[in-house]
Amino acid sequence: MATATPPSVPIHATPPPRVVGVSWRRVDRVGVALCWAAGLLLCAIAAAIVIFMLIQGLKYLKPSLLTSHPVSDTDQSKTGGFLDPLIGTLLLTVLGTLIALPLGVVTAAWLTEYGRPAWFARAVESGIEIVAGTPSIVLAIFGLLIFQQHVFSFLSFTAQGNAVFGRSFLTAGSMMALIALPLIFGSTREALNAIPAHVREASYALGKTKIATIRRVLLPSARTGIGTGTALGMGRIAGDTAIVVILLGATLQLDPEGSIPALRTLTGTGGTLTSYVYNNSPAGEGNAPQKAYAAAFVLLLMVLALNFAIDAVARGRRTRWSR
Amino acid sequence: MESLIPPPIRRIVVEDPPTVVSGAPVHKPGNGSPAAFATIAHRQRPARLVAPAERMTLERLSVTYGQKKAVDSVSLPVRQGEVLALIGPSGCGKTTLLRTLNRLTDFTATARRDGRVLLDGADVDLLDVTELRRRVSMVFQQPNPFPMSIFDNVAYALREQAQRRPRRAVLEPAVVDALQRAGLHDEVAEDLDHAALRLSGGQQQRLCIARALAAQPEVLLLDEPCSALDPRSTEIIEELIVELRKEVAVVIVTHNLQQAYRVADQVAFMYLGELVEYGPVDQVFGSPRAQRTRDYVGGAFG
Amino acid sequence: MALAGLTRPWTDRRAERTLGAVASIVLVLIATMVVFVLAKAWPSFAHNGLRWFGGGGNVDDQLKAIFNSPADPNKYIYTLHAWPLLYGTALTTFLAVGAGLVFATLAAIFIVEFAPPRARAVLEPVVRLLAAVPSVIYGLIGILVLVKFVGEHLISEGRKASVIYVIQLSGSSLLVAVVILTVMITPIMIAIIVDALRSVPRGWVEGSAALGANRWRTMWTISVRVARPAIVAAAVLATARALGEAIMLSMVSGSVGFAPNPLDGLTFFFEPTRPLAATIVDNAEGLSVKPFGQTIYAFAAVLLVSSLFLSLGGWAAKQPLKRYAVRT
Repeated sequence: MATATPPSVPIHATPPPRVVGVSWRRVDRVGVALCWAAGLLLCAIAAAIVIFMLIQGLKYLKPSLLTSHPVSDTDQSKTGGFLDPLIGTLLLTVLGTLIALPLGVVTAAWLTEYGRPAWFARAVESGIEIVAGTPSIVLAIFGLLIFQQHVFSFLSFTAQGNAVFGRSFLTAGSMMALIALPLIFGSTREALNAIPAHVREASYALGKTKIATIRRVLLPSARTGIGTGTALGMGRIAGDTAIVVILLGATLQLDPEGSIPALRTLTGTGGTLTSYVYNNSPAGEGNAPQKAYAAAFVLLLMVLALNFAIDAVARGRRTRWSR
Repeated sequence: MESLIPPPIRRIVVEDPPTVVSGAPVHKPGNGSPAAFATIAHRQRPARLVAPAERMTLERLSVTYGQKKAVDSVSLPVRQGEVLALIGPSGCGKTTLLRTLNRLTDFTATARRDGRVLLDGADVDLLDVTELRRRVSMVFQQPNPFPMSIFDNVAYALREQAQRRPRRAVLEPAVVDALQRAGLHDEVAEDLDHAALRLSGGQQQRLCIARALAAQPEVLLLDEPCSALDPRSTEIIEELIVELRKEVAVVIVTHNLQQAYRVADQVAFMYLGELVEYGPVDQVFGSPRAQRTRDYVGGAFG
Repeated sequence: MALAGLTRPWTDRRAERTLGAVASIVLVLIATMVVFVLAKAWPSFAHNGLRWFGGGGNVDDQLKAIFNSPADPNKYIYTLHAWPLLYGTALTTFLAVGAGLVFATLAAIFIVEFAPPRARAVLEPVVRLLAAVPSVIYGLIGILVLVKFVGEHLISEGRKASVIYVIQLSGSSLLVAVVILTVMITPIMIAIIVDALRSVPRGWVEGSAALGANRWRTMWTISVRVARPAIVAAAVLATARALGEAIMLSMVSGSVGFAPNPLDGLTFFFEPTRPLAATIVDNAEGLSVKPFGQTIYAFAAVLLVSSLFLSLGGWAAKQPLKRYAVRT
């Protein structure tokens, strides 16, 4: 580096000795290169998955598949579509969410607004974390264990010899609720925590009880957060296969059970898109990769659409608490 | 990066030549209340050096954030052997100006710079930015020691500059020297591996100064270094600053007029982004030429 | 809320107790789950003792023998040495988490520091997209594309012949399992690490830059170091996810309870295996046969206890994060 040309008068202080430094060592450059590689790899993988599924899905998806019932047949051209699994997915998602929503919202509201005694609150918090961390296959197995007890025989089919089948939409839906529960709980808690204290204080100052405040003021304000959590939970339910395979009986068509009209389907067995894909892949019994691709494509579209909706909503609305 | 052949240094013509000025306050009667400063007990400022070298030059520097003009065409010299104080009310652009000197404004996406900043004659934009920041070090308003030991903090710059990771034995003398120059060594000598975050506020700030000094910078920038500290720590650091000007050029931003009076040799008063007045400290405080300076120094606003 | 008019308004005490009761359902559920699963699994552990975890014999043969136990409860067969399954589980999990951690950290650094703004805007939805894809779709692509590719192009006939007496090599292998599992768990880790890197106090980042450290060194020595607790939390979360992955692994890792042998060199990666969760899925039909069901529940018990420990570990790992208020 060029040094300053000294003025004509000698200076009394000399500049300190310059340490020659290096800006970018080779290690640094390698690091940055690896980061770029990781980023590009990420994009490439995502693109590959999406494009591949798009191609295969469009290749094999026919509208008739969405409207015809699956039939068991060795001849692939007669096996029909996946209407029942599609209905099964929707049914199970709604069921699971219906059970999980009140449970998650109430638990979150209790935790943020009351939360006494402290050890109990921590236990509940840890409990939700444990449920979140439990593999869905374990939940499925546990569900089977529970629902095969005679206490729960009303939830499913009971065979001759008094063996409770334990597999039905109701039982699967109950376990699916556990999958969605941590997500709904987490979003609700975040949303409630984001409400500033002065809102609560204003409500109390008007004479409202805590529970009324929760019901009338806080939960409505937390609507967006609860909605986000619910949508996330629905996405996870729609995508889960283990519980379906174990707790839904994996019949191709919806197989209602019992005599009460609407309840028949719920206590009966069926399948979802996920179990349909699993069964039609080489891992399952069927060997119809084309149907598997088509169903997988529909499933992927549903889940992605749900996630985009969540993103759009989460970005759009941001409640303002003060001017 | 390859530098161009540096143009000849242009001298910024300022009002009075840097002659030796005694430490005693110039007692000139006038408007404003420079008398207030004169009556306050102040440290005997040691004699300034003769003909200090000009290390940095600002040439018509302007900085705009989006639409807002933060700094408007400021030209200043920064000389070694002098402490330059930037004073002015909040929002006048002095911190922005300081941050431009080591190109920290590059972090802000909306910032745009016009004009030039020269370091030893070389345009700062043409230098590699990490190179620039090694030669121009900064101490921030909030002490920000890294979450490491004291030793690691001070050795940080040295380790990052070296080609190969230097061994501790090699770094130790430089670290000890930096701590001594910062006046912290006596207090922490027993345990250099103590966590830096456990030190008190004043000690942390001196640690940050030591950290900045370890890399042997040519210019030291201080952004209101004492505003978060108690008076005792402030006093220690002010003495430190006066000591340091022998080796480095010091630029200090402060909103505390008394501090500027105690510490500085040259003062630049900025108002709403413009350089209103620049001159030796006694002149700016004692007989300011601009009315606005008079008002500010007298306490009419701020 | 029309019912509010019919009943008298709730007092806070009543409300607190009711809400608390609902909140305790979660705890009741977990307690029930642990008790029931362990109780059902107990006979299998009791009959085998610690050798349950050991090796010896072909796991699949043992499972078949258990399934074919005579009907007499006194003559139930329980013999099982589950080591190959445990080993397979540990192998796939740790390899995937290790690879994923490196991948995720680098990608997170890229997103936070080095990505051009437009790329950043693309990458964040991409990460969320990858996290949302159902595991059965990963499994489908795996079994129809990757397994076929590996089986036909990467495994030579010579390699197959070299191990033919021990195990048959098809494309379903450790390699495919680890690769897909890594892709599955990386997005969650990226999200957590990116959040943590962004929460590093600005003073430190500026301070480091002001001392002349370049962007990489600032990121590496300061930000990543400060984000270490988050990286640990991300790893724990990913481990839990990898451990519990059943469907995808049952599709691609092979349906043989085999313990891949590292001494086989490169062939090690092409050998099939079947982690615990996948074993449960594959054998779910036989649950009605008592000793077999109990053995399967024993697998579930191992998974349950492991995930309990991981949850506790994850909670402990997240505590330091509270200091920087990182969202996990």
